[in-house]
Amino acid sequence: MHSDAFDRYHHGHSLIHHIDPRVKVILTLALIVSNVMLPDGAWPAFTLMWLVLLILNRVSGLGFWFTFARSFIALPFALAAITVLFSPQGNSVLSIKILMWNLMISDYGLIHFASIVVRSWLSVQIAILLVATTQFPDIVHAFKHLHVPAILTTIIAFLYRYLFVLVDEVLRLLRAREARSAAASGSRSAGGVLWHAKVAGNMAGQLFLRSYERSDRIYNAMLARGYQGQMHTLNPHHYHLSDWLTLGASSILIIILQWIGRL
Amino acid sequence: MPISSSPIPVLPDSNGSVLSVKDLLFDYPDGHVALRGVSFTLKANDKVALVGPNGAGKSTLMLHLNGILQGKGLIEISGVRLTRNNLPAIRSMVGLVFQNPDDQLFSPTVFEDVAFGPLHMGLPEAEVRARVDAALEAVNMSAYRERLSHHLSVGEKKRIAIATVLSMKPQILILDEPSAGLDPRARRLLINLLRDLPISMLVSTHDMALVKELFTRTIVMDDGKIVADGITAKIMNDEKFLHEHGLEKP
Amino acid sequence: MLFSPAPPMHIPDGFLSLYVSAICWLVTILVLSLAISKTNQSLGERQVPLMGVMAAFIFAAQMINFPVLGGTSGHLLGGALAAITLGPWAGMIVMTAVIAVQALLFQDGGLTVMGANILNMGLIPVIVGYGFYRAVLNRNRIAKLAVTGVAAWLSVMAGALFTALQIWLSGHAQLDVIVPAMLFVHIFIGIGEAMITVAALSFIMRTRPDLLGEESESAKAGGGWVLIGLAIALVVILLSPFASSDPDGLERVAINLGFINTSNAAVYNILPDYSIPLLGQTSSSTIAAGVIGVMVVVGLAYAAGRFLQKKKV
Repeated sequence: MHSDAFDRYHHGHSLIHHIDPRVKVILTLALIVSNVMLPDGAWPAFTLMWLVLLILNRVSGLGFWFTFARSFIALPFALAAITVLFSPQGNSVLSIKILMWNLMISDYGLIHFASIVVRSWLSVQIAILLVATTQFPDIVHAFKHLHVPAILTTIIAFLYRYLFVLVDEVLRLLRAREARSAAASGSRSAGGVLWHAKVAGNMAGQLFLRSYERSDRIYNAMLARGYQGQMHTLNPHHYHLSDWLTLGASSILIIILQWIGRL
Repeated sequence: MPISSSPIPVLPDSNGSVLSVKDLLFDYPDGHVALRGVSFTLKANDKVALVGPNGAGKSTLMLHLNGILQGKGLIEISGVRLTRNNLPAIRSMVGLVFQNPDDQLFSPTVFEDVAFGPLHMGLPEAEVRARVDAALEAVNMSAYRERLSHHLSVGEKKRIAIATVLSMKPQILILDEPSAGLDPRARRLLINLLRDLPISMLVSTHDMALVKELFTRTIVMDDGKIVADGITAKIMNDEKFLHEHGLEKP
Repeated sequence: MLFSPAPPMHIPDGFLSLYVSAICWLVTILVLSLAISKTNQSLGERQVPLMGVMAAFIFAAQMINFPVLGGTSGHLLGGALAAITLGPWAGMIVMTAVIAVQALLFQDGGLTVMGANILNMGLIPVIVGYGFYRAVLNRNRIAKLAVTGVAAWLSVMAGALFTALQIWLSGHAQLDVIVPAMLFVHIFIGIGEAMITVAALSFIMRTRPDLLGEESESAKAGGGWVLIGLAIALVVILLSPFASSDPDGLERVAINLGFINTSNAAVYNILPDYSIPLLGQTSSSTIAAGVIGVMVVVGLAYAAGRFLQKKKV
């Protein structure tokens, strides 16, 4: 695997791709907040939100099911909320007897649980749409222009740049470990957890030192090009009429969603 | 033949020198002496190779040339003496390109990286953009303006790395191992680029074939000293001398 | 090779109520503002690329995994390590950048709940991790490594407890299930974190002791961190068994504070015949809480002993 597999951006020239990144970031946040605010069991609103997402997928040229297919990342966390299924409030709809436990699923619990999962699942899709249609450096710029402190956006920009370099280093380290441990798999596995942890810890320590030394060289390269403690960047973005129209249309959408959700 | 006590005076000092180094001495905080009195001069449009074994002091010397390290001695860029107070001006005159392009290219996008130098020189936005375009043009990478740095091949990164200092319109380029890690085709592109760039340059390298092909003058360093400074062809023919200093005839 | 960057603590959007999300954001923003103003005051210009690359390091190092027990694998979360190597304020900022990129680029953790995720995985582990390490700053290598292990483990447990409390306060899980369940899962994640943090720190101490020496950011922060770190650890120790054994008590507190209204709270009153086979409400969670309690007390006693010993000298 090469670390390019981390790239989430899909190049394109759709309407969605061309919306100003600041507008896209704000809209993504607004849609997710709206989504989280919808009450339990607001199925028509959830459905409408999903339809809108499918259309946006299509419009951005990603294909109808793009975000859907990538949206299952948040599902494992649903385990954390699974207990609400067995809420004693509401009427029992299903009762399962497992060994000595008597599990009762109530209608209230079912709706509550399903709503939590659906909210989360829709929110993930909205976020996926953002990163699939916006270059990550543009998202970082957007946050900078939205007054996120410069030190954070600068560090995030560095993180993004060196993420790929360091992940490649990790993959090389892991491959080297595999190559070595394969030869001695029989005897070494007896080394147990502590031995494995020590090997992994040494790898992390080694990576730390390499990264530390790399940051020295980067600092030199920055100095050589006139860095004096302040990072300067150009603002490559300008609002267009279409951006304002998008903002307006989305606000209306959010109002409609909230209204439908509360009918 | 080249002897440390009497370097061959191919290019005598003149007032038209773009880089002049006199009696440069430097030792690291841990006591290791890296430079023991280094002196040489480059005139405008000189292209000079700097060779020598690892640990000879080449990288330390390069870090001195725009004041990242500061030892004893005198460094002048186009007649301007390097001091602590004129570092920003000096740094825009000396384009230092580091060996590993992943260290040199520290911004997420090509544009931001090439714009970094001009922006930090305090130039206005229009000028910055014009310089970015010109610098990318100079290394034949105009099409890569909006690319992400991590998507580039090593050869592409090396060329963009040169563009990141060309955009500062330096008087002289200092390159560290420009051909390291390149496949033959990328190396060929880079050699052609270095040949065609109309600018003075000092190139540190282990690539003796590159030295022979591209540079008429070579400086040989070993153990913190310049042990030879002369015509490349002559130095390359002295196999015994090369061997003494851990080098090989191409 | 499959890249799975998701440690189980990354809360997705929708799992916290807006109210709880907002409060977490508020706390996070307050602490981060302090961290940013402190770093802006004290850090040299060299520190910006250092923190940037270190953020990438934490991200990449989280991929280094190793087998722990029966098919599960441990890996670094990095809060304690970042705090110890970079100092607490810089550590917080670095962890924040990591969590932000995980959420923004990989949807690993939600956006509205990012405040909570930063709090649980970025700020609290750094405070606990650094607080304990600070207590043994001038002790020998063995003491430092031992306390680092306890600190790393506790930093994960603290994060897990806060996560559980946030989910419960949002009305999305029952207190007497979510707290023991989260803590139980994180006992093992925490052990992995502790082992790899200790091994990595030991490697750094051997190879580049200067990076952790007197002049480093790691040694400069004040002794107040010890108290804050211990205080949070104490909250974990006192609250965990309490939340597991007496959920009604905490619920009353939450009602009094206005987090959950009374009608909602009724949902979580004593449950007839209620239990979950895997997570277990009765025996296993009680045992887990007991184990946690004992381990935490041993760790704290050791740390406190070291701290007091140092004070005497």
